[in-house]
Amino acid sequence: MTTSRDHTVTKRPASDAVGRGTASPSSWGFGDGQAIPWEYAPAPESREIVKLQSRYGLFVGGKEIAPRSGQWFTTLDPATEEPLAEVARAGVEDVENAVAVARRAFRRSWGELPGRERAKYLFRIARILQERSREFAVLETLDTGKPIKESRDVDIPLVAAHFWYYAGWADKLDYAFPGRTAQPLGVAAQVIPWNFPLLMLAWKIAPALAAGNTVVLKPASSTPLSALLFADVCRQADLPPGVVNIVTGPGEIGLALVKHPDVDKVAFTGSTAVGKQIGRAIAGSGKALTLELGGKAANIVFDDAPLDQAIEGIVNGIFFNQGEVCCAGSRLLVQESIAEPLVEKLKDRLATLRVGDPLDKNTDVGAINNAAQLAKIEELIEAGVAEGAELYQPACDLPERGYWVRPTLFTNVAQSHRIAQEEIFGPVLSVLTFRTPDEAVEKANNTPYGLSAGVWTEKGSRILKMVKELRAGVVWANTFNRFDPTSPFGGYKESGFGREGGLHGLLAYVRLEDR
Amino acid sequence: MARPTRAVAKSAPQAAEAPERVAVRKTYKIYIGGGFPRSESGRSYVVRAADGTPLANAVRGSRKDVRDAVRAARAAFPSWDARTAMNRGQVLYRVAELLEGRRDQFEAEVGQAEGLSAGEARAQVDRAIDRWVWYAGWADKISQVLGTVNPVAASYFDFTIPEATGVVGVVAPEGSSLLGLVSRLAPVLVGGNTAVVVASESRPLPAVTLSEVLATSDVPGGVVNLITGLRKELVPPLAAHMDVNAIDAWGVPAEMVAAVEEAAIENVKRVARAPRGGGERIDWLDDRAAQRPEWIAAFLEMKTVWHPIGV
Repeated sequence: MTTSRDHTVTKRPASDAVGRGTASPSSWGFGDGQAIPWEYAPAPESREIVKLQSRYGLFVGGKEIAPRSGQWFTTLDPATEEPLAEVARAGVEDVENAVAVARRAFRRSWGELPGRERAKYLFRIARILQERSREFAVLETLDTGKPIKESRDVDIPLVAAHFWYYAGWADKLDYAFPGRTAQPLGVAAQVIPWNFPLLMLAWKIAPALAAGNTVVLKPASSTPLSALLFADVCRQADLPPGVVNIVTGPGEIGLALVKHPDVDKVAFTGSTAVGKQIGRAIAGSGKALTLELGGKAANIVFDDAPLDQAIEGIVNGIFFNQGEVCCAGSRLLVQESIAEPLVEKLKDRLATLRVGDPLDKNTDVGAINNAAQLAKIEELIEAGVAEGAELYQPACDLPERGYWVRPTLFTNVAQSHRIAQEEIFGPVLSVLTFRTPDEAVEKANNTPYGLSAGVWTEKGSRILKMVKELRAGVVWANTFNRFDPTSPFGGYKESGFGREGGLHGLLAYVRLEDR
Repeated sequence: MARPTRAVAKSAPQAAEAPERVAVRKTYKIYIGGGFPRSESGRSYVVRAADGTPLANAVRGSRKDVRDAVRAARAAFPSWDARTAMNRGQVLYRVAELLEGRRDQFEAEVGQAEGLSAGEARAQVDRAIDRWVWYAGWADKISQVLGTVNPVAASYFDFTIPEATGVVGVVAPEGSSLLGLVSRLAPVLVGGNTAVVVASESRPLPAVTLSEVLATSDVPGGVVNLITGLRKELVPPLAAHMDVNAIDAWGVPAEMVAAVEEAAIENVKRVARAPRGGGERIDWLDDRAAQRPEWIAAFLEMKTVWHPIGV
């Protein structure tokens, strides 16, 4: 997608009015939603830079170790369904070991280390991530199916930036919370999803380490590889053993990890259902908890919005990372008077999206991460059709193997439809209309979620009014899907609690004591 | 100290003959949506002073009362939240003004409820009033302490501001009948939330009198709703209510904490927990320990806003 090339961190033009929009096929007379009449030559990124091991053990105590469980599982390339590597399937005894090692590291080295020394380790990690950025980008794309231009220009730069940002906090904690001393919590158990594996790792590990905690992190079972390569970064940085521990395995291992009695802090990013399961599992334990859960964001376009910019924002909002984004703008709310022209333009734009090989530098929409997710998306698309919404998908060839979904647009969507209520976590956009700002607010807020929202209008006072009334933790005005380590991110209502990023993200990993 | 004449005590005088003047006793009711209904359940329970003397029959609220209170709190939320910070601060300060005028009554009630000497009770009441003033003053300052402008690495204006969470269930501390309640309720209100309070079970009378103060203050009806009764009956439906956004669990008995947190996660409620060892161990008279901006922040959401910078 066009806007993905100018994500945060990289240098970008002053506004979202990306020039490419003016050269869209619709203005060239191909406004009928047909596939564009030209081909791009393949521009594959080489995967040579990544040296995959055939097997990856657990990363515990600074070493790669075989699982005590003796079990392994395979992680696939979702674009080809080919196996990438075997990965340790941790058992409960491996979790016990990892937590014990993290506790020891907290007591003996990391917890006692002055902030200025912790800072330098984190700066080292940030630098090494920058130095090895291409390797990480390619590996991330192989394991997730996301387009290389996203992993290269968004994920990995943000990962390095996140470590960089929190590195600087490690020796300035005394200035973070007025009148209070920030103490680490202890051992943090962190469970992360498969949509942004390394970025979520950074969001979890960087603030935890900056505040003086040690961590045991469980990556998603379908995307463990970048976390295991991160283990190598920890070794290169000479991070003391046991400060970062990575255990791989299925969801039940994540549950065993968060339930472990010697864990002080639990942080989870993933679905609301699993978040609730974790909440129940640790109820009454006294563990600190932060949750970053699902979303069903409304992207609201008013009749005075800059339409071409809005189209790019809508596309970025729902097709970035194949829509596998908790804050994806999956409900498009369009003011009735412009609904028709906007949908037409949107269909034209969808026809230009290139779906296919994630390693191709021209690819806009990559592969769906795993078979289960593909089945869920397909099921919800079928439900949309069955409930009477109107389906549009551009004509585009999909590769024969791998997990693929065409960019999908539903019009005539009612609020009661499942596609307007449930988080699809795929490249599926539901279009609804509204007449007045009040109606837009009411529809936008009519969901148990409250993670993000978008507003498109040229009128400043209207933006600020919408910002005030939308019950969402992040509001993007005349933009969408922007992220930055300094910018707190997190949800209202059933989208979770606690913030990641910024000063507020630090708060999730400290205990405040009187000075 | 001038104790009011039997204004709160229902125990019959010992004298065999009728007194010169028969006291008018107060019926202690619950406070929902700005009114003082009786419980729909029609039940009550006997409240005793610290020395065991019966003081009054308090309403034994029901789960239906909890639901009514939540509905009132939800209805009151948008306009309370939409007040300007300065106005909210003034409205809350006004509560302190009215509390000041009822010092004697609170002193008598707190003294009886908690078995305190006159001087000890006075200290509790004075601190409660001063604490209310302290929190009222935060209304137009907390955003500046908690909010940030975020220097993102791109051409965007990006800022984060606190907003009210919504409807908050407050399970008041069991021991400190007035000061503990004020210390937990005021930070909820100052951020723009509305509240459903479960008063101390054994010492509910000062809380009811506080609700009478609120009813005659400028705090709109429904912003605070207060129910008396048994914790085991009132706390579970409050913790499980799907239209409650957060729960202050300081007054939840230890044996109920796990169940409350389990119920609360069903709609991802924010839970404000007492520190390890329980909320009762805190010295409510100690300003440094018992009044904190973090307690306001516990019931606030952080909203981050992005806008491109361009021409």
